[in-house]
Amino acid sequence: MAKTYVSATINGESAEFLCETQQTLLDVLRDVIGLTGSKEGCGSGDCGACSVIVDDRLVCSCLMLGVEAEGKSITTIEGIANGDTLHPIQQKFLEYAALQCGFCTPGLIVATKALLDENPNPTETEARYWLAGNLCRCTGYDKVIRAVMDVAADMRGEKVA
Amino acid sequence: MDVELRPKLVGQRIKRFEDPRLLTGAGRFVDDITPPGTLFLAFRRSDHPHALIKSIDLGSALSVPGVVAVFDATDIENDLRPAIPSSRMKGYYATPLWPLARGKVRYVGEPVLAVAAESRYAAEDALDRIQIDYESLPFANRAEDAVADGAPLLHEDAGTNAIVVRSFGRGDVDAAFAGAAFSVGATFRLRRKTPVAIENRCYLAEWDKRRSALTLHSSTNIPGVIRDVLSDCLDLPGNRLRVIAPDVGGSFGSKGSLYPEEMLVAVLARKLQRPIKWTSDRLEDLASTSQAFDEIMQAELAVDADGRLLGLKADVIGDIGAYSIYPWTGALEPVQVVSFMPGPYRLENYQARVRGVVTPKAPTGPYRGVGRPAATFAMERLIDMAARRLGLDPAEMRRRNLITAPEFPYRSASGIIWDRSGFQECLQAACDKANYDSLLRKRDEARAEGRWVGIGFASYAELTGIGSRISVAPGMPINTGTETATIRIDATGSITAAFGIASHGQGLETTLAQVIADELGCRIEDIEIQHGDSALVPMGTGTYASRSAVLGGGAATLSARVVRTKVLKAAAHLMELPVDKLVAHNGIVSAPGSNQSITFKEIANAVYAQMGRIPHNAREDLVASETYDPYFGTATSATHLAMIEIDTGTYGVTVTRYVVAEDCGRVINPMIVDGQVQGAVAQGIGVALLEEVIHDDDGQIVTASLADYLIPIAGTMPPIGIVHVETVLPPTQGGFRGMGEGGTIGAPAAIANAVSDALSAMGIEITTLPITPDRIFQLITQQGSLPQ
Repeated sequence: MAKTYVSATINGESAEFLCETQQTLLDVLRDVIGLTGSKEGCGSGDCGACSVIVDDRLVCSCLMLGVEAEGKSITTIEGIANGDTLHPIQQKFLEYAALQCGFCTPGLIVATKALLDENPNPTETEARYWLAGNLCRCTGYDKVIRAVMDVAADMRGEKVA
Repeated sequence: MDVELRPKLVGQRIKRFEDPRLLTGAGRFVDDITPPGTLFLAFRRSDHPHALIKSIDLGSALSVPGVVAVFDATDIENDLRPAIPSSRMKGYYATPLWPLARGKVRYVGEPVLAVAAESRYAAEDALDRIQIDYESLPFANRAEDAVADGAPLLHEDAGTNAIVVRSFGRGDVDAAFAGAAFSVGATFRLRRKTPVAIENRCYLAEWDKRRSALTLHSSTNIPGVIRDVLSDCLDLPGNRLRVIAPDVGGSFGSKGSLYPEEMLVAVLARKLQRPIKWTSDRLEDLASTSQAFDEIMQAELAVDADGRLLGLKADVIGDIGAYSIYPWTGALEPVQVVSFMPGPYRLENYQARVRGVVTPKAPTGPYRGVGRPAATFAMERLIDMAARRLGLDPAEMRRRNLITAPEFPYRSASGIIWDRSGFQECLQAACDKANYDSLLRKRDEARAEGRWVGIGFASYAELTGIGSRISVAPGMPINTGTETATIRIDATGSITAAFGIASHGQGLETTLAQVIADELGCRIEDIEIQHGDSALVPMGTGTYASRSAVLGGGAATLSARVVRTKVLKAAAHLMELPVDKLVAHNGIVSAPGSNQSITFKEIANAVYAQMGRIPHNAREDLVASETYDPYFGTATSATHLAMIEIDTGTYGVTVTRYVVAEDCGRVINPMIVDGQVQGAVAQGIGVALLEEVIHDDDGQIVTASLADYLIPIAGTMPPIGIVHVETVLPPTQGGFRGMGEGGTIGAPAAIANAVSDALSAMGIEITTLPITPDRIFQLITQQGSLPQ
């Protein structure tokens, strides 16, 4: 089958790739570009493990086609840290052990980044419902929510008591 | 500093070593591995619950670009032997496990044929072109029908659908009931659920032609068990068959059994001599991954006028699905329901019968808590029903019946030996932490306003860290009672510790390193923990049944002590001091009271790399491989306390307060234990309120997506308060008890009791889980007490 040429920005760098028209963005990221950090948990937009940021919008990459990435800027979990330095969100998840098996974690980190980009000062309820699209089966969300609230305060320059 | 006073790592909130890779997308799960030349499988699964396969027409499947081959059962008949989930249990029938249905299908979702192609897309396109003709057979969809005489048989060779039957009895139950002030009873129903690990199952097999050897990467938590069984099935010795579980994205039991797809990728990698991979999608997961619970429990409890328990009767039917699962067997869940039903209570007279019944549904298997969530649900409901009858506070009812400190060790009415654990202490701690009296006031104030608010308890005990005295699954002939740790210090001074366990979220790379650093006296950052690979130790069964901290930690302790002795002996030669003057701490051997010291790195270099530094006849490699067997298990106990509110308009239940007080012995890492408890409670709340696999009367699965099968989300989960109660350390090595499952054991019962409390004015007792808004509506309208 003829492949389609796509030009996009991925994690701040220009990227060109060929993909089949029916390939999802998630499959393109994982199988064509080799960025396996985004995960498939359901393939139907219910679990959020494949979350990426596309032009400032939080997107389930399993619900978007690779060809739709043309001209777009995409941030995946691999683009969150600054080299070897963890992003403050990742650092806070580490401090709280806000992950267990780690499979949903890339999606949660990306979704938290999108939350705090849009709303640096969420209430706990806002954080809980923003992350309601990211299913985690290990943590019960308790440590996740505490890490998110704490890092939000840090990033605003406040100190949580 | 005195050696004994030096800070220990066990007990500390050490940040997890697993996390940097997992937080950055650098984790390596099976589906992240794709060797060049990999072929991808897609399965055509049965859409009939019970039918004969009359014919298969491949149509134009093979002409889809990229399709390499299509296989049904007849194509691989001579490539393997089936796996037999055998048991010592009398009267049990072991259903053989084959990769693909042979002539007959027994549940919707059973694999019938597989397409191998250059991409999953091509394989799935080919599936659509294949026609399978079935002849429908009669079937009994419900366990209560399947167990009846004359029901259509799923496995004709078994001669019955009740492939597991067992009875227990102790004391004189009839006399106990005759002498009781009253009895309470009900038929309890814990509906079928499915584990839903967020990573779907995935298998990748590679055949090494040069060595005639197979490597299977599997999202499993029992790589050693899989190696051993596939060795038989494929007739390959263990040194040419390696099963690797890399990062595994949760299991909760679902990845703790042998699967047909797992067998098939192994068979086809050898047959086609190409890497073969299969990744489940969520629909396949919900249709075919091992499911859980599904019990009908008729139970009755006899009580005296003071609320003391006199006798218990139980008759349980467990719907085990279409096959007895390997290796645990279909006895695993239902038999443990009756084994654990007497709970943590003083109870001398017990009589129980259990039948495990095959039905045309996905096989049930291990799921977090195994048997105990159901047993605890029934027993804790009976306790509350009896307390209500007596007008006794549910906490006081439990206080009167929980086994007290002087009574340990206590032999339960089903024969389980409880070692000393904080049965009473956890009840008290939960009440204190939640401020129970003030919660009662808040509840009563809310009720005065017309709100439906309730409080519920659940107390339970479970056996964890089970040794070789008994098998984890009743009658199962596999040794689940030992684990081995191989620890070695290499010539560079770095330390590798290899285990047969397989961490998949438990943080064992961190907790086992904490144990070893303390015991060996090394730096924790110098340790690499290896696990999840059948090649690491001669035999290891993996991580399940709340065993890895106890057994893995115990083996780590024993091996670390042997290595430490060798390190100190080598240091004694190098420092020219008596060995009993030396201590190891933080990677340095020193002689207290002197300023002499030597690092582990220097010692390792002297032992391995420098000739003559240590007398040749005294030189020993700095390695040890010890196996730990706790022989018995140890009791982990807890009390859960939940407060809930029911929306009087929608009948939705919100959990407003949740407290767990548990005794898991010495806590290795409180942050990790908290995570295990909170995550398990969340799953228990799912069991209580949301999760239900539904089959319609045609045997079709209705809950086939995560929009239909609901699991807890961040928006509706309460914060979970935890108290770690440490009474007396158990006799396990290190004093550890297992704490991987307990949250899921207590939560369904606690929520059920809280909802029953909220609806007590209407005389409603919850007997079926999950408690959906629809079920509450039905209960209220049946009572005729629907408020205006």
